Amino acid sequence: MSAILEIHDVDKHFDISGSFLDQLQLSKGKITRKRTVVKAVNNVTLDIQPGETLSIVGESGCGKSTLARTVMGLYKPNKGTISYRGDRIDHLNSVKMLPYRTKMQMVFQDPYASLNPRMNVRQILEEPVRFHNPDLSRSEIKARVSEVMLQVGVDPVWASNYPHEFSGGQRQRISIARALVVDPEFIAADEPIAALDVSIQAQILNLLMDAQEQRGLTYLFISHDLSVVEHISTRVAVMYLGCICELATAKELFSNPKHPYTQALLSAIPRLGGKIGGHVRLSGDVPTPINLPSGCAFSGRCPHVNERCMQEIPAQLKLESGSVVACHGIEEGRI
Amino acid sequence: METLIDIKNLRVDFALRSGTVRAVRDVSLSINKGERLGIVGESGAGKSVLGFSIINLISKPGKITDGEIIFKGHDISKYSYDQMRKIRGNRISMIFQDPMMTLNPVLTIGTQMMETVLAHMDVSKKEAEKICLEKLTKVYIPSPEKRLSQYPHEFSGGMRQRIVIAISLLTSPNLIIADEPTTALDVTIQAEIMDLLLELCKTENMGLILITHDLAVVSEVTQRIAVLYAGKVVELGLSEQIINNPQHPYTQGLIQALPQMAGGKKRLNQIPGMMPSLLDMPKGCPFEPRCTICIERCKQEIPILKELESGTQVACFMRNGANKR
Repeated sequence: MSAILEIHDVDKHFDISGSFLDQLQLSKGKITRKRTVVKAVNNVTLDIQPGETLSIVGESGCGKSTLARTVMGLYKPNKGTISYRGDRIDHLNSVKMLPYRTKMQMVFQDPYASLNPRMNVRQILEEPVRFHNPDLSRSEIKARVSEVMLQVGVDPVWASNYPHEFSGGQRQRISIARALVVDPEFIAADEPIAALDVSIQAQILNLLMDAQEQRGLTYLFISHDLSVVEHISTRVAVMYLGCICELATAKELFSNPKHPYTQALLSAIPRLGGKIGGHVRLSGDVPTPINLPSGCAFSGRCPHVNERCMQEIPAQLKLESGSVVACHGIEEGRI
Repeated sequence: METLIDIKNLRVDFALRSGTVRAVRDVSLSINKGERLGIVGESGAGKSVLGFSIINLISKPGKITDGEIIFKGHDISKYSYDQMRKIRGNRISMIFQDPMMTLNPVLTIGTQMMETVLAHMDVSKKEAEKICLEKLTKVYIPSPEKRLSQYPHEFSGGMRQRIVIAISLLTSPNLIIADEPTTALDVTIQAEIMDLLLELCKTENMGLILITHDLAVVSEVTQRIAVLYAGKVVELGLSEQIINNPQHPYTQGLIQALPQMAGGKKRLNQIPGMMPSLLDMPKGCPFEPRCTICIERCKQEIPILKELESGTQVACFMRNGANKR
């Protein structure tokens, strides 16, 4: 089976040093120019198989949204390649990117911010169809929009209403409909349920899973809610400070986490009826992505750290179980 | 057990131009000394309004229109502004959701902490500083002497929330109301903060009202849980009972909707529909339009809380036997 999407050794850095004058600094009596770079994504290699749900988890600021946006072509990567069904797409200009836009769609976190408040639902949903299929007649477009609206559970009679007339859950359904209406193969969903209530979350997750079944969709699912990720994913990638520290099937990752960071993250999930206090305590806080540690990104907080972890960036190690882990401790058999 | 605070038939209304929003409707709750109570509900259920109304922080056009809040033998819901200031932040303190919004960005942590101590306690500046340092140590802030002269932006999110907790502890309150204290934080930090709150409640013998939408979090921290729906308590009981043996169809739906309860099944159990608008409440039980086991009576009458054999109180005609007339 060939991958639908291959991400190879991708870096995404943001230069936040500002104007030339802002970059000047006085040090040791000399004026020097200093750049400040946020290293949001570093050396990420991933492949996404057709029909699967690959989830990316991690704490806020670990670069999961940046990775999704880089994959979608909203950011250009500083290094590395992204290929869609074997064709490289990361260096394409916006015109050449167009055919891929119908194949790859995105659902954003906040349905209050991602729908244009001055367009009604019909306009929101018809625009992408008309843009990508200029030959379709009006009635064909209308039929297609109604069909998708029915599928996501929004009655087509509401099509002339505006986003503010809908609840958060309904708006997220409309965002999903907007992604589905151009008939994509791949959807990147960036925290699609984070802004919703528990009882509505279940409705939206069911909708996403139904759509996957009916259309054979592939998802890149981003979330910080680990119990949701455990439920819907085929494979899970754990990110920390822009690096992938573990990639495994959902079952393997949640039952047998290898990387010390994954272990700490999983132990922090609140469990229904559980007792508090059993979690792995990490010392300190997540460092800023501006000054990355020289070795392993996690070395500053890892309980198993040694000299080598401080110096050398760990390579991705493929284990027998099929999981990929980036950790010197596991490679050396210490953990 | 000694009762710490007793809320009786509390009613909070917001008079809007489009009508009166009844955010909290006839809520009765009591908390014993050193007890931890969780208030769970979806957004718009009235849980924050309930928390705010305890320390009279309801802003206009909201108003407590009925009911009593008995704290140390006095009805504090009728207190004047000046009387309330002696209670609020002193005997009862509150922790809010977003620590960046709660702390003043242009004042140092030390200034903000000292202000609270000097306002409520008759101590010298030196003694006040000592109290601040002691509380910062309690919430595990490393080298607190240095930290006092720093500004909120110099701390991470988790540290900021710990400082907010330290501020709420300064006057050794009897009750802390924590309104979604970890919603803005990551899971690893959430676990740390919850750990800390639990430990402090035990060592200081403080009462805690934990307001959250996350059932798993309350089940780990609190002893009792009140489930709020559309401004009413629909179920109240021991945490274990509520989690393992929920009675009200809404509570059952909430628990069943969690991914960890789906078992091997792919589809999650969902509650159909959504919460009715507070302006346009059904005549009978507020959950009736979404309920799968409702009967004709539910459309006409509002069920009241009744105690079951297990000790859990539930407001549902189908559960509490009240339908067998």
